[in-house]
Amino acid sequence: MTESSKEWPLYEIFIRAKSGLDHKHVGSLHATDASMALEHARDLYTRRQEGVSIWAVRSTDIVASDPADADAFFEPARDKVYRHPTFYDIPDEVKTL
Amino acid sequence: MYTQGLDALGKDCLRDEAQDGAALESRFQSRVDAEEKIEAKDWMPEAYRRTLIRQISQHAHSEVVGMLPEGNWITRAPSLLRKAILIAKVQDEGGHGAYLYSAAETLGVSRDQLVDQLLKGKAKYSSIFNYPTPTWADVGAIGWLVDGAAIMNQIPLCRCSYGPYARAMVRICKEESFHQRQGYEIMMRLARGTESQRAMAQAALDRWWWPSLMMFGPSDSESKHSAQSMRWKIKRFSNDELRQKFIDTTVPQADYLGLKVPDPELRWDDNAGHYRFGPIDWNEFEQVLQGHGPCNRERLEARRRAHDEGLWVREAAAAWAAKREAAGRTRAA
Repeated sequence: MTESSKEWPLYEIFIRAKSGLDHKHVGSLHATDASMALEHARDLYTRRQEGVSIWAVRSTDIVASDPADADAFFEPARDKVYRHPTFYDIPDEVKTL
Repeated sequence: MYTQGLDALGKDCLRDEAQDGAALESRFQSRVDAEEKIEAKDWMPEAYRRTLIRQISQHAHSEVVGMLPEGNWITRAPSLLRKAILIAKVQDEGGHGAYLYSAAETLGVSRDQLVDQLLKGKAKYSSIFNYPTPTWADVGAIGWLVDGAAIMNQIPLCRCSYGPYARAMVRICKEESFHQRQGYEIMMRLARGTESQRAMAQAALDRWWWPSLMMFGPSDSESKHSAQSMRWKIKRFSNDELRQKFIDTTVPQADYLGLKVPDPELRWDDNAGHYRFGPIDWNEFEQVLQGHGPCNRERLEARRRAHDEGLWVREAAAAWAAKREAAGRTRAA
């Protein structure tokens, strides 16, 4: 098959289910260009009105953190429990705080 | 993330070569035991990756080939509404194939490779789709029984340890329920119809009952991959457990239709709380799996023809994209 050498690029698809909500990653698909990616995403991911807006992003354009580095990468936040409101003991009689 | 375009960033495999493989494997297993999901770029044993690629791609192929037996009736559906419903169902099956190919691609294979394996006859797909659909009642029986069996199999897969596969299955399961209900409704209409319509429904049940039971795969004692897949939490229930569950829920549905399940040994066992059923003809299953079912050749030929006839469309789309990109570059310059 000569076709395999020119495989269509992969796009990641993000859908906003309704206005007021974030776009959420739903999956990926192959398309020759951006407009085909949008049309395929509509046919593939919104056959039952699952969305009001679609983002398509070339997979190769996404920069991602490496799971193997996750421990070191996210370490700075681990011992900072004082960032959470529950860290602070406030007496029950103090209201709306 | 569904992408394989991140391969360049996933250097952990190389780095891990220096580490103890057994330690990695035991950490992987404890993550799985703790019900943590494994994601595409996480370390995983090669055998886990291979097992998933095999299972997900076979599943994807089954969805795609599964369009054919029902597609056979689109032009002859008994009403415009039934035709629209059938088109929507067949379109869903194509969509399910696409979700699953995407999930498989996160494991480092390309969709084109997988499709190529199918077209060359090197990949398996569910044996059920090698049976013919001679009447409209077969469309009803497929929705009711085949999609019903698929749902039994697929619901536990929504909790599969591999994240991208589990997420694809959640999406698929949401859509399968429509498939099963529209099938049962077709059977209901026929069962309440004329004498010959009832006979047609019964004949379809007779044709699809045993092949549907075979969809759950060989008995636990015969199943090659079961034990390891259970440990990896790719699989949650054994083939026999799921088959029993399917029989227990489906027999009363057949009773409601006033149709007879074609198994002289079928009886309710009050003590066990299950139906007991007769032996499955595994020889038939093996024959169909080996390519000797009623429609194996026809199915693959139809896929190849569709692929070949679509070539000019794929080429034109690629040429158009290239032309647009070149024009964009000229404008930018």
